[in-house]
Amino acid sequence: MTGQRTWWRTVLGVVLVALMLFPVYWMFNVSLTRTGDMRADPPHWFPWNPTFEGYAAALTQQLPALATSVFIGLGTVAITLVVALPAGYSLARLRPRGARTIDFTLLVAQMIPGVVMAMGFYAIYIRLGMLNSIGGLIVADSTLAVPFAVLLFRSFMATIPGELMAAAQIDGAGTWRTFRSVILPLSRNSVITVSLFAFLWSWSDFIFASTLNRSSDVIPITLGIYRYIGNNTTEWNSIMATAVIASLPAAFLLVIAQRYIAAGVTAGAVKD
Amino acid sequence: MTSPRTEALAALHGAGRPAGGGEPASRRGHGRPPGAPRSRQWTAYAFLTPLVVYLIVFYTYPLYRNIELSVHDYTPRAFVQGDPEFTGLDNYLRIVSDDAFLRALRNTAVFTLGSIAAQYAIGLALAVFFHRTFRLSAVLRAMFLVPWLLPLIVSASTWSWMLNSDNGIVNSALGAFGVGQINWLTSPDTALLSVTIANIWLGVPFNLVILYAGLQNIPASLYEAAGLDGANAWQRLRRITLPLLRPVSAITLLLGLIYTLKVVDIIWIMTKGGPADASTTLAIWSYREAFGTGQPDFSPAAAVGNLLILIAFAAGLAHVRLQRREEHA
Repeated sequence: MTGQRTWWRTVLGVVLVALMLFPVYWMFNVSLTRTGDMRADPPHWFPWNPTFEGYAAALTQQLPALATSVFIGLGTVAITLVVALPAGYSLARLRPRGARTIDFTLLVAQMIPGVVMAMGFYAIYIRLGMLNSIGGLIVADSTLAVPFAVLLFRSFMATIPGELMAAAQIDGAGTWRTFRSVILPLSRNSVITVSLFAFLWSWSDFIFASTLNRSSDVIPITLGIYRYIGNNTTEWNSIMATAVIASLPAAFLLVIAQRYIAAGVTAGAVKD
Repeated sequence: MTSPRTEALAALHGAGRPAGGGEPASRRGHGRPPGAPRSRQWTAYAFLTPLVVYLIVFYTYPLYRNIELSVHDYTPRAFVQGDPEFTGLDNYLRIVSDDAFLRALRNTAVFTLGSIAAQYAIGLALAVFFHRTFRLSAVLRAMFLVPWLLPLIVSASTWSWMLNSDNGIVNSALGAFGVGQINWLTSPDTALLSVTIANIWLGVPFNLVILYAGLQNIPASLYEAAGLDGANAWQRLRRITLPLLRPVSAITLLLGLIYTLKVVDIIWIMTKGGPADASTTLAIWSYREAFGTGQPDFSPAAAVGNLLILIAFAAGLAHVRLQRREEHA
């Protein structure tokens, strides 16, 4: 196939990508459009007179929400790793009885609708006084990543050659020491993958944000945008500028971390 | 929404995971009865403890609370004070006999089946297209993932603005073809279609990734042999690609189904389930009862949510059975 002329495939591919990514372009375009041009008919296809007023407004008004989201994202990553790393190791290497039950539970856990989890957490938090707290949202957001993280660590760690662990044991390392000094360093790529996704999911979460953190004191960026839409139906450039800023982690993930994602995704496919 | 990503990756791992227990870790002690010696079992449990505690506290308990909500009459006051009246299955009966139930069920079916069918068809077409390498194919394929990684609030508000009746780019573009103004989000006739379109857009990358991975596992020699036999592209698709892709297709559709059943964000942000319930699905109904109005009504909301779990679970079981039958066939 490669010997033949395939330029038409490239052209078609570019057209398809352009179609697919048009909404993303449009978000960017609107974010640079002046308020006065927003209602232009027909709409301006390009930002002829670009303005950064949307970004200025977004940054002055949404900076606290962005900071809150960063903090929540980091907390989510921490919880996810602490819970999932040892579990993945155990399931992949130590063969506990009941591993199948755990597997099944993790699958079912991913079937539970977010709204059901939100109600459950709401009911619990209202009694514990944990509504509108960053800690509460960190815990809730971590439920998005933990089942995925355990499954990913488990399949990744299963591919680490057993000889390495046997060697560590001959050198006198206990299970914990082996885990810390052999397994963890070798699992670096999967740790990065899980961390990125855990961060991104908590960053993107809307359901928990809109149900568990509703006071104005601490709101994550998703809720910031949502309220923006409600209050500011005229300033779509500010809304879209905030949206662009809120998309930056995704862009970062795609560009910088692609090889880690690929490593994580293919980890499971590699057989011993 | 996050979950399709979860499931996409989990599915890939599940699909390619080395078969369960036969790990080299246990090679030293062959001839031992299955399972590790007792001390190792304890170590294994020790490493599992954080997860087990986590699952009990942060999944089982919220789920239990949700069931408890659904069999009581929780008024907002009782919610805080914790003295609700036990009503058994009353909430479920009330829900099922409500006019809104059938409408929500229908909307859920249209939204879910429409979404996964279109996502699958588009995803498969793209996967087949990208299956041949060409200049820039890897880069272009990577760019298709962008919608997958954007926060849903971003995608949903962008679509809202694009579908805006007066100044939206969609109406403006259609206007160039002589199509009159369509009130995408504010007309009961098109609201469900609008959110479905946005959701299809969101789900295409997920389908593309999984189906592309599935195509990679089909031996190229089969296509070469078919080519020698003079099979055309359509025949190759019908006779090789689709049959061999069946297990991957099944898991893709199932995960799509489970994910789409529970979509809240997209619909809520774009239409809030309106106008006049035109885009209210079961998940939206539950969300609105609990959080969407000033008057939270948690008990019926929990009942709807639990029904939703049952539907997803039934779909999961049906899938497992189907697969088992296929393996035995």
